[in-house]
Amino acid sequence: MEKKIVDARGLACPLPVVNAKKAVGEFREDGVLTVLVDNEIAVQNLKKFAGQKGLAASGEKKAEKEYEVTIQVVLAADAATAGAATGGAGGIGTAGAMETGVAGSHRTAGATDPGQADGSASCAPDIRRKGMVVVLSANVMGNGEAKLGKALMKAFVFALTKQDILPETILCYNSGAYLTCQGSESLEDFRELEAEGVNILTCGTCLDFYGIKENLAVGSVTNMYEIVEVMEQAGSIVRP
Amino acid sequence: MSEKIVFCKGGGCTAKLGAGVLSHILEQLPKGPRDENLLIGFESRDDAAVYKLTEDLAIVQTLDFFPPMVDDPYTFGRIAAANALSDVYAMGGEVRTALNIVCFPEDMDLNILGEILRGGSETVLAAGGSLVGGHSIADDGVKYGLSVTGVVHPDRMYPNNQGRPGDWLILTKKLGTGIICTAGRIGEASEGAMAEAVASMTTLNKDASRICRDYEIHGCTDVTGFSFLGHLHEMLDGKHSAVIHADQVPVMEKAAEYADEFYLTAAGQRNRNYVEGFVRFEQVPFAMEEVLLDPQTSGGLLIAAAPGQAGELLARLREAGLPAAKVGEIVEKGDAEILVKGCAELI
Repeated sequence: MEKKIVDARGLACPLPVVNAKKAVGEFREDGVLTVLVDNEIAVQNLKKFAGQKGLAASGEKKAEKEYEVTIQVVLAADAATAGAATGGAGGIGTAGAMETGVAGSHRTAGATDPGQADGSASCAPDIRRKGMVVVLSANVMGNGEAKLGKALMKAFVFALTKQDILPETILCYNSGAYLTCQGSESLEDFRELEAEGVNILTCGTCLDFYGIKENLAVGSVTNMYEIVEVMEQAGSIVRP
Repeated sequence: MSEKIVFCKGGGCTAKLGAGVLSHILEQLPKGPRDENLLIGFESRDDAAVYKLTEDLAIVQTLDFFPPMVDDPYTFGRIAAANALSDVYAMGGEVRTALNIVCFPEDMDLNILGEILRGGSETVLAAGGSLVGGHSIADDGVKYGLSVTGVVHPDRMYPNNQGRPGDWLILTKKLGTGIICTAGRIGEASEGAMAEAVASMTTLNKDASRICRDYEIHGCTDVTGFSFLGHLHEMLDGKHSAVIHADQVPVMEKAAEYADEFYLTAAGQRNRNYVEGFVRFEQVPFAMEEVLLDPQTSGGLLIAAAPGQAGELLARLREAGLPAAKVGEIVEKGDAEILVKGCAELI
């Protein structure tokens, strides 16, 4: 159980958060980070940061101009699985009013997660290829008989799980959204990929359109903003 | 002139007091008898005061000053001036005269002050106004701005709260200056990102304001310290709601990336606290939420334009070289005052 203290009293935003972020990145095991600040707004910004990283945080006023923010650092919660730690499918797209401090829980797709950036998140070699994105834009593979298309798609996802190098992200949209929902024959394969750290994202608009939002069984919901971002930043895009 | 100015705790409009705190205090002030020539005063949340002199002439008064948000004193002077002049443009007026407001440490190199004032006066000239004096005091930190007087036809000033359901909401500059300057303050902003922010902050809202004169405008305000959502909230004035399409809002290239790095201001969080009761985000990435709550220095005009002409207005703004975009529309009052939609209704 690692413990660290960052004294950010007297520092203006964004330095308390920037220093806390750096300290979180230096954890080698799960632990507790205590950040000392001198104003309530800095407490809120720290909680916002923790929320985005999928880490639990609490703030306490110790005295006039003395606040203590405690962040429970969980290495597994960081990196690609931050979404799961903060509520899985509901990760982004939190409808309803903003929560104080924790505003949604969008997974940062970039390499900004400290655990990922300095390789301290896990000792296991990462078998995902950075920037490789698989796009599943339909629940069938290729044009032709739907029955064949479905069988091919099932085989494709299964074959994905057997690759030495896995994609970083899988995007499912339009009828591809059915693939990650209950009733899909590929669910087990997707779960296996997710367990390996593959980021599985399904288009929220599509889930809504087909009325299957409640049935999403693996990965999390995304939006066009993120779909565009992921595609733009992709090193390679694989389409069945 | 290579000497740099020392950053204050948070420069530009990030240094503004929170809107919530402020409105509480302003409500307590004694109002006095109503002067019917005072067209826009304290009770309105408008950008500047407007006082009618004759049937076809009113003066517009405003002032703005703040600590530096960039290292270069000349650039800071230009930004501070463009920001102060902007309130006149948000009212639909023309700039006539300006007075310098200066806070400067006694022991600092006066050449720095000279550079700040040079940037300010050049910008006033570019606006078509005259710099006619000023006031300076010794202070711990550098602060600079202008008190500006402009003119406007009393019947043709732009209100900020007369928007109607169906109106297009048009924004004339990209968002992100607060986040980018904050990243710059801790040495994390790229040169390109700073250059984009500076170019935007030194751009006068003059052209945008003049173009609006040819169209039916129901609301116009400049987006500054209270952020896009904060100023939109004031524009709606409790009468209407608005739907914003986050993916259509013009944003500076690096702003979202820096928001994801948590280069966030205290003022941005204060803005969040101020508007959170009025705003509902639907599938908006965290970084975009922060951009929409980011305090802007010398931001663009937010315009509520009658739908019939808004398309042409937008085209004219873009022809003038502005990164203007339709960001949403005003709708009948609904559950959430401001609904920000993240997902494009495509596919």
